[in-house]
Amino acid sequence: MANTPLVTRRHAVVSETRHLLFSVMPGAVWIFVFLVLPSLYLMAVAFMSNGPYGLPELPLSLDAFKQLAGFGFLGWSPGNFYTLLRSLWQTLVSTALVIVVAYPIAYYITTCRAKLRPLMLLAVVVPSWTNQVIRAFGWMNLLAPGTPLSDAAQALGLIGQHMGLYPSNFAVTLGLVYNFLPFMVLPLYAAFEKLDTAQVQAAQDLYASPMRAFWHAVFPQTLPGLLAGTVLVAIPAFGMYVIPELLGGGKGMMLGNLVANQFAGGSNWPLGAAGALLMLLATFVGLFAMRRIGKRLGGGEEVVI
Amino acid sequence: MSDPMAGEAGSRAVTAESRPREASSIELEGVHKRFGRDTVALDGVDLTIQAGEFFTLLGPSGCGKTTLLRILAGLEEPNAGRLKIGGRDVTDTPPHRRSVNTVFQSYALFPHLSVRDNLAFGLRMRGERAAERDRKVAEVAEFIQLGSLVERHVDQLSGGQRQRIALARALICEPDVLLLDEPLSALDAGLRGQLQVELQRLQKRLGMTFVFVTHDQDEAMVMSDRIAVLDSGIIQQVGTPGEVYEHPANAFVARFMGHDNLFAISRSEADWVETELGRLQLDPAEQRDAQDGWLLIRPETLELGPEVPEGYNRLEGFVRERLYRGSRIEYRLEVNGQPLMAVASNLGQRMHGVGDSVTISVCPEDLVRVAS
Repeated sequence: MANTPLVTRRHAVVSETRHLLFSVMPGAVWIFVFLVLPSLYLMAVAFMSNGPYGLPELPLSLDAFKQLAGFGFLGWSPGNFYTLLRSLWQTLVSTALVIVVAYPIAYYITTCRAKLRPLMLLAVVVPSWTNQVIRAFGWMNLLAPGTPLSDAAQALGLIGQHMGLYPSNFAVTLGLVYNFLPFMVLPLYAAFEKLDTAQVQAAQDLYASPMRAFWHAVFPQTLPGLLAGTVLVAIPAFGMYVIPELLGGGKGMMLGNLVANQFAGGSNWPLGAAGALLMLLATFVGLFAMRRIGKRLGGGEEVVI
Repeated sequence: MSDPMAGEAGSRAVTAESRPREASSIELEGVHKRFGRDTVALDGVDLTIQAGEFFTLLGPSGCGKTTLLRILAGLEEPNAGRLKIGGRDVTDTPPHRRSVNTVFQSYALFPHLSVRDNLAFGLRMRGERAAERDRKVAEVAEFIQLGSLVERHVDQLSGGQRQRIALARALICEPDVLLLDEPLSALDAGLRGQLQVELQRLQKRLGMTFVFVTHDQDEAMVMSDRIAVLDSGIIQQVGTPGEVYEHPANAFVARFMGHDNLFAISRSEADWVETELGRLQLDPAEQRDAQDGWLLIRPETLELGPEVPEGYNRLEGFVRERLYRGSRIEYRLEVNGQPLMAVASNLGQRMHGVGDSVTISVCPEDLVRVAS
């Protein structure tokens, strides 16, 4: 009789644990099968040797990483290094431009009448419902040699005779900015929407000129949104494949293309896997940095993804 | 730091010692404000607020009182008219160049800043040195008894604490005029009553001009030196609480000040008026320009009892309802089929019951004629 409560409690603990296990199981299985296993496989491939048809085979080796760093049969060549630099540069420039374009758009939408706002947001998002490839082809048609835009650029001396704005690094930047704009506008809009306009007036009332009121009262409060948008834009931009593939030409290649070519052409799986690992690593570093900044800003829970 | 007079230290930041300026008067001349094409918020406001006065703008929502306050702050531009603060025309001066600070209804504290940085915001924008700012913040925080909270974020504070921070953030700048936009409306009744007294004391001690906006006539009467009652963008009356309550300029002001006993005057002579209650004598001095208009009977001037003093008006009626309020008793009477309210102090005498017939007497001098 005296033991009954204890037994009951232990029984309860066991059944709770079992309950927890059952409820977590489907998700855990999913993650294991579709995330953990492939990732482990990818990692394994990266440390294997390149076989005759580009397929991985034993023995284990670091050749893939050496190749990624640019060491080939003919000694060191800077091609991959440039691709990596270009990826970083394109990510940096296009994220910065997205911020510059999205900030006023998001602000403008918050100043519109409440009825109009969902419509304006829809207008920002709708293009991204179209297939990325089709949109890239759209830009190709707009920027190709002989189009008005290219003619204008020629007239201004920005590009040589009979050249087009596409294919070029410029076209890739443009495509990235266009593609990722909604991902910056939405979190920024959310940040603006939360802002109490009385605070702007309070800042002005407390001797802040309109510029300083923006800088000291508005901008800091949009930082969490800005950071969230940066994460949503920069990380996928870094690994982008379609846009540089279609708009960049041979000199516009980014890391994503390098990786894809190793698999698609069947040329070198271990090299492709090593590139993918590098991308994964860069993503983790980026996320970690954003998380640190977000925590320092305080209250930016939406940043901590 | 180890100031033995820590309690007094706080007042230094906001009192005469560091305030070389005198309090400022405010003059408004023909101020008009429209929103959109046909929403008139202010329709020709002329008003002078004395230096060092606790002045209240009182009225229902949408009467234009907040718009008027925002024009004083510079957050709204009048479509016509001039505004002078301290004798200087500031009509076209942007808000950040006016020595005027506001306590906002929502407090509008900056959520991304600590209490300390909120308090120091105005000083920082004005370019005061960090050492000076820290000194003033410490003093003001002590003064409002929130010294221990300066490192907190504003979302960790209670409503009453936020209210104090908002007030301190405005006072720390030592403005010529302090504007308060219904700053107590979000607080519960107890805290509100306490802060009404505190604010009034503070204003008297600082000698600063306070312009206070409220829709609560009790609050306005408790705190103000003078009150302006607004309706539909027009100032209906300006006066001391006593003037506005006892001699409302018109029926709107009378109703807004909480008066129920208003009776249309059907005929009048020099010393009597005729209303639905019957014919009542009144003081000939009460003869106003208004031909007809309304007769106001303040409920506390009615006496219920069998004896009618010499020269008093006499009314007969009965009690329809009795509300026991502790310190006083409210009687809802009926006289000549008209509802009439009377308030008697609870002095322990026999109360009249519902249905009782009562004789009501009222002194002619207590009757007031009110324009339509």
